[in-house]
Amino acid sequence: MVEASAEHPQPYRHLLAVLVGLLALTAVTVAVSRVHLGALNVWVAILIASLKSSLVLLFFMHLKYEGRLIRTTFVVTVFTLAVLIGLLFWDVEFR
Amino acid sequence: MEQLDRTGKKVGMWLFLYTEIMLFGGLFVIYANYHHRYIKEFADGGAALNLVAGTLNTVLLLTSSFTVAASISALRKGTQKIAMGLLGASILMGLLFLVNKYFEWGAKFEHGIYPGSAELAEGPHGLTIFYGLYYTITGLHGLHVIIGLVLLSVCSTLIWTGRIHQSKDIFLENSGLYWHLVDLIWIFIFPLFYLVA
Repeated sequence: MVEASAEHPQPYRHLLAVLVGLLALTAVTVAVSRVHLGALNVWVAILIASLKSSLVLLFFMHLKYEGRLIRTTFVVTVFTLAVLIGLLFWDVEFR
Repeated sequence: MEQLDRTGKKVGMWLFLYTEIMLFGGLFVIYANYHHRYIKEFADGGAALNLVAGTLNTVLLLTSSFTVAASISALRKGTQKIAMGLLGASILMGLLFLVNKYFEWGAKFEHGIYPGSAELAEGPHGLTIFYGLYYTITGLHGLHVIIGLVLLSVCSTLIWTGRIHQSKDIFLENSGLYWHLVDLIWIFIFPLFYLVA
């Protein structure tokens, strides 16, 4: 069941704070990509992208305020994707 | 009854979004596999992409996601005009994204870099794969932007005619979810293509 809290309007300033965070992380990821860190560059980029997507999911897409059904099925989806990626990497590594 | 209907529609939308996540997730898996094999070519390909255009498009999509989320808040507060204005701003930013993309692709086409081009066929194989993935993934994403823009325009019209209002906003909310997903996918496309150099 969707909780009643999902129906309340989110204050503009909260949404604006999320946007500022997203833009700041974008600046950080561009800046870091210009610094040569070798293989670490990819991982930093993916980490920042994950942080940004968490902000979008939790606040813009209201995942933070959703009920158990949507939250659980979302985690299951991401887990399935992670297993898919994991198995592929495993295969590529030991081919 | 109304509440149950609303929940069903929202869960249905999320189920659809999961299939979208798996669709793009699968493409990212292909990307990861070839990146592993052609690290140097992928870095060369990434260096040739226009970082300023990519960053600008990131800012446009992130900001448009904010205005869509804010339009839902505006509607719930009962301020329809502000909600429509915010949707209008989102649509404008989405259109600018596509215009930017058009010039970006156009510049690459002029340099003979497009799927099946003679220029790419003569170059290293890894570069062909990089650009193949670039056109496939950004193209599919661009198609999603177009669909999202249509949805947002329909929402705007429905608010105008009073079919979407304070206590009946699920269509706007689901369209918003779709638009945020388009943003979410771009958040991963941006570093994978523009920042791999």
